[in-house]
Amino acid sequence: MSSSTDWPLWEVFVRSRRGLSHTHAGSLHAPDAEMALRNARDLYTRRSEGVSLWVVPSTEITASSPDEKDSFFEPAGDKPYRHPTFYEIPEGVKHL
Amino acid sequence: MAAVTADQTTQGTPGAADAAEAEHLKVFDAAVAADERIEPRDWMPDAYRASLIRQMAQHAHSEIIGMQPEANWISRAPSLRRKAILMAKVQDEAGHGLYLYSAAETLGTSRGELLDKLHTGRQRYSSIFNYPTLTWADVGAIGWLVDGAAITNQVPLCRCSYGPYARAMVRICKEESFHQRQGYELLLALSRGTPAQHEMAQDAVNRWWWPSLMMFGPPDDASAHSAQSMAWKIKRHSNDELRQRFVDICVPQTEALGLTLPDPGIRWNEELGQHDFGAIDWTEFQEVLKGNGPCNEQRLAQRRTAHEEGAWVRDAAVAYADKHAARPGSSGAAARPVEASS
Repeated sequence: MSSSTDWPLWEVFVRSRRGLSHTHAGSLHAPDAEMALRNARDLYTRRSEGVSLWVVPSTEITASSPDEKDSFFEPAGDKPYRHPTFYEIPEGVKHL
Repeated sequence: MAAVTADQTTQGTPGAADAAEAEHLKVFDAAVAADERIEPRDWMPDAYRASLIRQMAQHAHSEIIGMQPEANWISRAPSLRRKAILMAKVQDEAGHGLYLYSAAETLGTSRGELLDKLHTGRQRYSSIFNYPTLTWADVGAIGWLVDGAAITNQVPLCRCSYGPYARAMVRICKEESFHQRQGYELLLALSRGTPAQHEMAQDAVNRWWWPSLMMFGPPDDASAHSAQSMAWKIKRHSNDELRQRFVDICVPQTEALGLTLPDPGIRWNEELGQHDFGAIDWTEFQEVLKGNGPCNEQRLAQRRTAHEEGAWVRDAAVAYADKHAARPGSSGAAARPVEASS
């Protein structure tokens, strides 16, 4: 059995059609970026699910920590005035 | 959870560790109770993590080993149409294995470790793949019955409490539907063909029916992991419940095929609103599980050989990547970096 370690992990993003953003589809192992793209095509677009692919080394992604999710996202929690529904408008006023 | 607490007490500040553990567990239990998903970096009980790795690894291994009985018929498919379909299906099984390995790796295990455990028999794959594919009709029976049973099992897994597993299952279930329909169509063609073809289809159904029912696992009162898995919402329905659902689905489908199921005990039970069916031979199930099925050794040996014979390809790809990474001014072979985000 080969003793070599796993190929690096890549995150795959697929644009399903023009006009839409790339969205995360999953991950895969590949030795380099070009092989990652080819593997991503075979793994995530076998049924024409995409018109464009991104592959990103998983180690290059910096993520927020779930442990600090309350304090990290807390600043937005007490600002309901950022939503249009916060404001009361007299009935009958249109286009607002 | 008793074991986790015991481990914690061996660390520096047992009281504080216990309190933190209890707090984490409260958050986890609340998320599961509220039908929220648990994501990779969330705290989770060690036993939940271990149980998921065991189940997802077994699931991934089943997809990969499951390529063998069907690939056995690619070179002898009776038409170009059937051959193209079968190749696409076997390729899908490889894809399903890869989605699931990736999902399992989010729990802290590695691809190499998972494959090593498969190759050394420390993790299992579904017993159904230890039966041989003796005739072309078996390809149809696998698609209709084996994939049909798998779909019945897998649809509820799309709502599994662990996010990456649930997302992999959504993708898999979409693709499995083609697998089942091509199998059914294949059997229908044989059933409506010559008397010899009809007989071949019936023989395949006779051989695959009972093993397919065993795919749902042991009866509820004898299932080792069921109760805990349901409490954690990894599983949503019991083995017997899903098995009953499968039987009820298959009976009318069998009639439409013009075939019969090899169980004289099948009859409609007006009172219960479901079909009664005969007793399953669980000794056979246990024997196959123990490694005494018709193809256990062959399947594992072929997997190991494929892995070993592919080693030079994996090594060559790494050597190529290393060479290009070391070359000044070359940014990762031919792929172009993205210029602007979003």
